[in-house]
Amino acid sequence: MLPVIFFIYFAVAMTALSILIITRKNPVHSVLWMLAMFFHIAALYLFLNAEFLAAVQLILYAGAILVLFLFVIMMLNLREELSIERFIDEWPIGVALAVSILLLIYFTLAKFVQGPLGQYSIEAVKSETHTKALGKVLYTDYLFPFEIASLVLLIAIVGAIVLAKKRS
Amino acid sequence: MVPLECYIGLSAIIFMIGVAGFLIRRNIIIMLMSIELMLNAVNISLVAFSHYLQDLRGQVFVFFIITVAAAEAAIGLAILVSLFKNKAAVHTDEITEMKG
Repeated sequence: MLPVIFFIYFAVAMTALSILIITRKNPVHSVLWMLAMFFHIAALYLFLNAEFLAAVQLILYAGAILVLFLFVIMMLNLREELSIERFIDEWPIGVALAVSILLLIYFTLAKFVQGPLGQYSIEAVKSETHTKALGKVLYTDYLFPFEIASLVLLIAIVGAIVLAKKRS
Repeated sequence: MVPLECYIGLSAIIFMIGVAGFLIRRNIIIMLMSIELMLNAVNISLVAFSHYLQDLRGQVFVFFIITVAAAEAAIGLAILVSLFKNKAAVHTDEITEMKG
């Protein structure tokens, strides 16, 4: 019973927070609601026995990406934002498209058939600790994608500097 | 025990809100945040699948999605800063160079 109550709280709170994020006029308010949203997502990961991912979610999203957003908002100084209309004129079309995507996912979900279970049951992960089990999979089966991820980050570093520097 | 379908449904709802936010807002910063919202919705469904199918591969994919999201946010915000330097505009309807 208790897990159901927790899940209902998270579902309601996360839906409300997402709607708050996309409807606030001031981008700073959106970023702060996004912070609350990321804390809820991290808690949901803990709920799903993914404690390392919960820590990564807080450090990387709440710690790094949101600070980046706040810095850019601070640099751009968007005073006119508070006086301008926040949605485009054709907003009902956008909402209709989004709802049609939701319906599509729900109709697909009705046909969902669960596959065979893998070897990492909760007890197996618990006996090995989650971080170690995840690290083993990441550094053996997924070593090549891991290297490509480092290349993606390198391109992001170089690209961000090249795009944002002053033209000589 | 909460069934897997509930998590996928929650993830779908958050994804839908992200899509709606991307389509209807004028401000590019909020549009980038909507993309982050969509990526997080997919992450929730991957972690839920990983938990219920007892396989850690879903969580490894979450790692890669977080990496790509970080790179995307950095590049997107750098593009935004250079756009603001050139045009002093962060609203999508003020950027009309590609309009015929």
